[in-house]
Amino acid sequence: MADQKTGDQIPVAATDISWEVRNGVTRAADVLERYLAEIERRDDDVHAFNLVLVDEARARAAEIDDNVVMGRVLGSLAGVPVALKDNMCTRGIPTTCSSRILDGWKPPYDATIVTKLRDAGAVIIGKTNLDEFAMGSSTENSAFGATHNPHDLTRVPGGSSGGSAAAVAAGFAPVSLGSDTGGSIRQPAALCGVVGVKPTYGAVSRLGLIAFASSLDQIGPMANNVADSALLLEAVSGHDPLDSTSIQQGPLEISKQLDWGVAGLRVGRITDLPEGASPDVNERLEVAFDALRAAGAEIVDVEVPAFTYGLTAYYLIAPAEASSNLARYDGVRFGLRIDAPDTNAMYLATRTEGFGDEVKRRIMLGTYALSAGYYDAYYGRALKVRRRIALDFAQAYEKVDVLLTPASPTVAFRMGDKTTDPMSMYLCDTYTIPSNLTGDPGMSVPFGTGESGLPVGVQVLAPALKEDVMFRTAAELERSMS
Amino acid sequence: MGSAIASDAVSDRINSEAVAKVAKLARLSLSDDELLQATHQLSDMLDHFADIDALDLEGVEPMTHPMPIANVMRDDIEQDVLDREEVLSAAPVAEDGRFRVPPILGLDD
Repeated sequence: MADQKTGDQIPVAATDISWEVRNGVTRAADVLERYLAEIERRDDDVHAFNLVLVDEARARAAEIDDNVVMGRVLGSLAGVPVALKDNMCTRGIPTTCSSRILDGWKPPYDATIVTKLRDAGAVIIGKTNLDEFAMGSSTENSAFGATHNPHDLTRVPGGSSGGSAAAVAAGFAPVSLGSDTGGSIRQPAALCGVVGVKPTYGAVSRLGLIAFASSLDQIGPMANNVADSALLLEAVSGHDPLDSTSIQQGPLEISKQLDWGVAGLRVGRITDLPEGASPDVNERLEVAFDALRAAGAEIVDVEVPAFTYGLTAYYLIAPAEASSNLARYDGVRFGLRIDAPDTNAMYLATRTEGFGDEVKRRIMLGTYALSAGYYDAYYGRALKVRRRIALDFAQAYEKVDVLLTPASPTVAFRMGDKTTDPMSMYLCDTYTIPSNLTGDPGMSVPFGTGESGLPVGVQVLAPALKEDVMFRTAAELERSMS
Repeated sequence: MGSAIASDAVSDRINSEAVAKVAKLARLSLSDDELLQATHQLSDMLDHFADIDALDLEGVEPMTHPMPIANVMRDDIEQDVLDREEVLSAAPVAEDGRFRVPPILGLDD
């Protein structure tokens, strides 16, 4: 058994933690205690977690250490604490979507990613805060209060996976999982200065991810560095027979290629990108192009004319799907019920009481976009625009291997700045939305700082299932910063 | 843009009658103030979404899903299913192995 270790003696990177735990150099229990102590010290201020699984995580870490002593073979995430966005089902453990409507509900099954994490030897440390049902870009729309950006507590962490991003940025966990429907992993990653990946649609099982917009939702990793995000993505990806939209192939293979560099890679600059990014963000994007050019990549100008219509297509399609998915919350099977004399009155009272303002707004927008007389004008047209966007990206990818854009138009904004104007909040997703519509992967890499010394993220986009090339590019950007 | 409520220029893309109807369909109850605010906010959004109105989308195939999808079949073999007690214990009210709901019939007549 390894000697007890504390604080600085324990590695920070998930890849190192796993190696040391597997080889008996560091105990999973000591790793866990380091993170629990940090949560204890600072999460009252940050509020990254809805629930910290102290007892469960301790039991799990002890189990892993026993396995090491007994010489059992452990997985790639041995002893690595992982924070889970609280819209992923954990059997017998409350899963809230940061909504009152799931009050008291405990899922009767685990999400596939939870099973995969367990198989890989990970320690689930807690459930992280989010915008209710993943609808928002600031993690201010939570029934349990907002999450704060660890870099500046007066600012938002981004959203909707703001809790998962803040948990990694604050040192509460080395890695976390978020979900991304229109940028909900990449935008908070950018605002918190961590890596955030939206994989190809279908690369990670959605079984047990509580649905927001089923044709757009995808689970992905958040981490302090590119290699850790690759490690986590490899562990949770792969075909799941229980998810009919899961791609029929094995786990993604990324880690081995991280050092391959970008020599000869064609990196696209979108010349007709929608405006709106602030000067500090654009400046960092230019530095990123320069860094890749210096590393041997060719920078190629491309046009993606329909990019600019992504926001509209998304904000018609996602609410439409949400209005259907959220119809199941009626006070019968899960969580909250507000008593009333008859069933219809009970539905109405439960949903009115249980959902927050933003969720109601999107349900109404989606119901409207799908309703008779407006379906063709709104939802129907949005689906055609979605096709147009996919075709435009496919054309661009004939000329380039990856594309570079801002991840978020600005650095972290102040809490309360956008809460009274939903449309201004929606514009946060301008650069991340298209890859959800097309199903292609995208990731945000921390790339220096902008206004007020706050983190800036650069987004790398790639065609479906080209995660390997996307990660190589991200790894090169990371290297150029060190 | 500022607060949608403060703006006096409201588009006629959606009126409060239509919003009230949508809320009813979605089983949501809105106060008068909420209805007014929702009408302003939805109007503001629909104004913004008008950018696709001018696009020529003739002949473009609607895209409902990022990947081609087909029905997935599996062999009809016995396997574990969710535990009924566990599912029912997560419900607001259950009785005799079933979800219990308030009366459905006979109240309005």
